Amino acid sequence: MTSTSNIVLSQLKNKNRLKVIQDHHLFWPLVTLFLILTVNATLNPGFWILQWRDGHLYGSIIDILNRAAPLMLVSLGMTLVIATRGIDISVGAVVAICAAVAALMIGGKLIIVDGMPSHVSRFPMWLAIGCALLTGITCGLWNGVLISKLGLQPIIATLILMVAGRGVAQLLTDGQIVTVYYPPYFFIGSGYLWGLPFSLFIATAVYMMMHLTLTRTALGLFIQAIGINPAAARLAGVRERLISMCVYAFCGLTAGIAGLIISSNVKSADGNNAGNLLELDAILAVTLGGTLLTGGRFSLAGSMIGALIIQTLTSTIYSIGVPPEINLLVKAAVVFAVMLLQSSEFRHLFGSWIVRSDKKESV
Amino acid sequence: MFFYLKMTENQELSSDEPVLRLSSVTKKFGSAYALQNVDFRLFAGEIHALMGQNGAGKSTLIKVLTGVFASDEGDIHLNGKLIRASTPIEAQHLGISTVYQEVNLCPNLSVAENIFAGRYPRKSFSGAWRIDWKRMNSDAQEILSRLNLDIDVTETVSSYSVAVQQMVAIARGLSISAQVLVLDEPTSSLDDEEVGRLFGVLRQLRDQGMAILFVTHFLDQVYAVCDRITVLRNGELVGEYDAEKLDQNGLIAAMVGRQIAEHQSTDIPMGNKIEDAPALLQTKGLNRRGHLKSFDLSVRAGEVVGVGGLLGSGRTELARLLFGLDRSDAGEICVNGKNVRIDTPVTAIKLGLGLCPEDRKAEGIIGELSVRENIALALQARQGLWPCINIAQQTSMAEQYVKSLGIKTFSVDTPINQLSGGNQQKAVLARWLATAPSLLILDEPTRGIDIAAKHEIMNKILTLAKQGMAVIFISSEMEEVVRLSDRIVVLRDRAKVGELPAGSTEQAVYSMIAGQA
Repeated sequence: MTSTSNIVLSQLKNKNRLKVIQDHHLFWPLVTLFLILTVNATLNPGFWILQWRDGHLYGSIIDILNRAAPLMLVSLGMTLVIATRGIDISVGAVVAICAAVAALMIGGKLIIVDGMPSHVSRFPMWLAIGCALLTGITCGLWNGVLISKLGLQPIIATLILMVAGRGVAQLLTDGQIVTVYYPPYFFIGSGYLWGLPFSLFIATAVYMMMHLTLTRTALGLFIQAIGINPAAARLAGVRERLISMCVYAFCGLTAGIAGLIISSNVKSADGNNAGNLLELDAILAVTLGGTLLTGGRFSLAGSMIGALIIQTLTSTIYSIGVPPEINLLVKAAVVFAVMLLQSSEFRHLFGSWIVRSDKKESV
Repeated sequence: MFFYLKMTENQELSSDEPVLRLSSVTKKFGSAYALQNVDFRLFAGEIHALMGQNGAGKSTLIKVLTGVFASDEGDIHLNGKLIRASTPIEAQHLGISTVYQEVNLCPNLSVAENIFAGRYPRKSFSGAWRIDWKRMNSDAQEILSRLNLDIDVTETVSSYSVAVQQMVAIARGLSISAQVLVLDEPTSSLDDEEVGRLFGVLRQLRDQGMAILFVTHFLDQVYAVCDRITVLRNGELVGEYDAEKLDQNGLIAAMVGRQIAEHQSTDIPMGNKIEDAPALLQTKGLNRRGHLKSFDLSVRAGEVVGVGGLLGSGRTELARLLFGLDRSDAGEICVNGKNVRIDTPVTAIKLGLGLCPEDRKAEGIIGELSVRENIALALQARQGLWPCINIAQQTSMAEQYVKSLGIKTFSVDTPINQLSGGNQQKAVLARWLATAPSLLILDEPTRGIDIAAKHEIMNKILTLAKQGMAVIFISSEMEEVVRLSDRIVVLRDRAKVGELPAGSTEQAVYSMIAGQA
C-alpha cells in the first residue's frame, strides 16, 4: 500500500520536475536551437568539427558564433525597447550610419617609414570608435525624444530614422563603399582572443553588463512595470519617460557596436547594405527568445539564444546549398515552423490531435 | 424584436423548471478550488442576486456560466438541455449575455457600433451587403430608449461618462437576444439616480420573463431589486434564499460565515483634538480650467478629511492635481509650510504623498508583476535605481503587509492580477504604506470590494490616522465618508461648496450638495 503510493508520489514528482523544466522560459528556445543544430549536423557531417588553425579555433560553430555577434548585440538592445512596449525599426540604419562614421574617420593608408611599411589612420582609432558609438547613442536619443517627449508611436518614430538613416549613411559616404585600410581596426570584427572570435567577447561583455545592471539595480523592475502598465508605473513614481528614453539611447548604442563589428569584419562601410533588414532579424530573435511584443516580462538570455537560432539558420541555408532564389522562402518556412513549435496553443491543439488519433487506433 | 421572440418561448416553460441550472460545478486553478460542487438555479422572470465576499467564487461562477472558463466537473443545463459553452460567443448564441464589471467597450467606436459590434446589420444583395448604418443607428437608438437614455449614438463611446458607457454595455447585452442576462457589478460606477433608472429597466425586463443574474456588493441594492439570493463562500454554496425571508444581518452572516453587525461601530472619529496642529498640506486657489475651480483645502497630520460629492464633481481631479498627475494653472500648494510645485508624481512622493487611484486596474496594479514587486514598487521608485531592494527584503516586506492587511494570496510571488479585486486594492494600499507617507490620498478605495474587506480597509485608515498620518478619503459611498472623516469637504460642479464637521449625517452632506445648507 505505502510502496504503491510512494511510487505514485515519485512519479508525480518526476512529472512535476519535467513540468518545471518545460515551463522554464528558455526551454522552447533551447529546444529549437538544438533541433536546428541537429539538422545541421545530419546534413553536414563536419559541422561539429573544431580545428586549431593559425592560432585560433576554426569550424562552422565558430563561424556562426562570430557572425551572430552583431545580431546578438542589436537583439539585446531591442529586448529592452520591446520590454517597455516599444519597438525600434531603425537599428539597421543606425548600424549603417555608425559603420560609415567609423570607416570615414579611420580611412587608413599604407606608408613607408624608414623603409618599413606602416599603417596610419586619419584619426586615432579610439577617437573614431568613440565618435561612432556616440553617433549610435545620438540616433537612439533622437528616437527616444520623439517617443517619450513628443508622444509619437514607436513604430512611426523609428520609421523616420529607418528611412532617413540610410540616406544619412549614403550622404556620409558619398554613395560609395568606403574601404578601410587599417589592420588594427580589423581586430574588432575578425580578431581572436584566446582562440575565440573577439566579437563574441564584446557581445558577452555587453550581455553580462546588462544582466548585472538589470538585476542588481531596480532598472529591470522599472522597465517591466513600464511595459506592463505605464500609467500605474508613473503613478507609483517611476520616471517612465526618462527610462524609456534611455532605453532607446541604449538600443542605439548596441546598434553602434554592431556597426563597428560589421564594418571591421568586411573592412568597409556600405551605406546601402550594412545591417540591411537587421531590425527584423532582431525583432524575430527577441520574439523567439520568449519576450512578448506586448511588453513587460523579458529575457536577455532568450534573445541571445534567439539570435543564435537565426544565425544558425542563415548559415545552414547557405552551407547546404539552398538555391539563392528560394533561400528567403526556406528561411520563412523554418521561422514559421519555429513559431508554431513555441506557441503553447498550437502545441495544445497538436497534442489533442495525437491523443485523438491514438484513440481511433485503439478502437 | 429580436429578444422578445426568445422570451415568448421562455414563458412556455413551466415555472418550476429553471431556465438555467448548474449542478455540482467544480473549477480548480492549480490545486486551489475556486468552485466546489456548486449548484445554482435561475428562473425565468426573476432577478437573482449572487452574493459573496471577494474570492468567494462569484466571478468564477459567472465565467464558467458564460464560457470564459470551462468547468472541471459538473453540468450546466439551459432550458433543460445540457450545454457546454467553451467561448463567450457560444454562450451568447445560446442566449446568455453578460455585462462585465469593467466596462468592456471600444472607446474609439461609436455607441451604435459598440452595441452591434460583430453583428452589424447588413444591406441585402442589391446593397452589396454593405453595412446598413441607418438601421444600425436607429436600432441602437431604440434599444437605448428602452433604458430611457437619449444620446447621440453616432458619437464615440469615449465622449460619454462612465455611467453612460455602463448603460451602453447593458444595451449591448440586451440586444443580443438574451434570455439570461448576467450583470456583474453593473452599478459600481453609477450614481443613485442612474441606479434607479437601471433598476426600472431590470424590473421591466423581469416582468417580460427574462432571467437576470445580478452581482453586487451593495446590500441595499440587493433588497431593492432582487427576488432571490444565492450566497457563495470560499467557492462553496452556502444557500439559496428568498430575499424577503433573509434580512441584511442574516445575509452578511451567510457571506462571512460569522455574525458581524452590519453597522459595526468602529472608532468613529468625533473630531480628533488636532485643531491646533499646523497644516501638513494647504492649497490656496488651486485651479485647473475645466477640471477644478479655485480650491482651498488644508489637511493636518492625523486627520481624515473626507471628500463628499457626486460622480464628476471634481473629486478625482482634486486628487490628480495634488499628486502632480495634472498640472494646475493657478493657485499654490504648501507642504509643511513651504510653498511647493508638484508637477509629477515623483515630486509628490518626495514630499511624502501617496495616491491610491480610482481606477485600480488601469492605474493601480501592474498586472503580471508579483504581489511582492507591486508592493515594493513605490518605495523602490522613491529610492531610485540604487540601492535595490533585493528579493529577500521585498519578500519580508510583502509578507508583513500580506499579514497585517489580510491580503489573500497563494504566495507573495503570485502575479497580482490573479488576486480578487479587494485583495488587489489592499496590495496597492500596501505599496503606499511601505513608503510611510505623511499624507495618503485614497480615491474610491472601497469600490467593488466586499464588506469584510471594506471594514478592514476603513479600520486600517483609522489606525493610520491615529498614528499621525493624514488621509484624504474620497468615496461615492457617503455613508463611509461620514463614518470615517474628521472633517468633510463638500464638492459640487468642480468647486468646493463648504465643509462639515465630524459626526455630520449623510443627509447633511447631500443637502449641502443640493445647495440647501
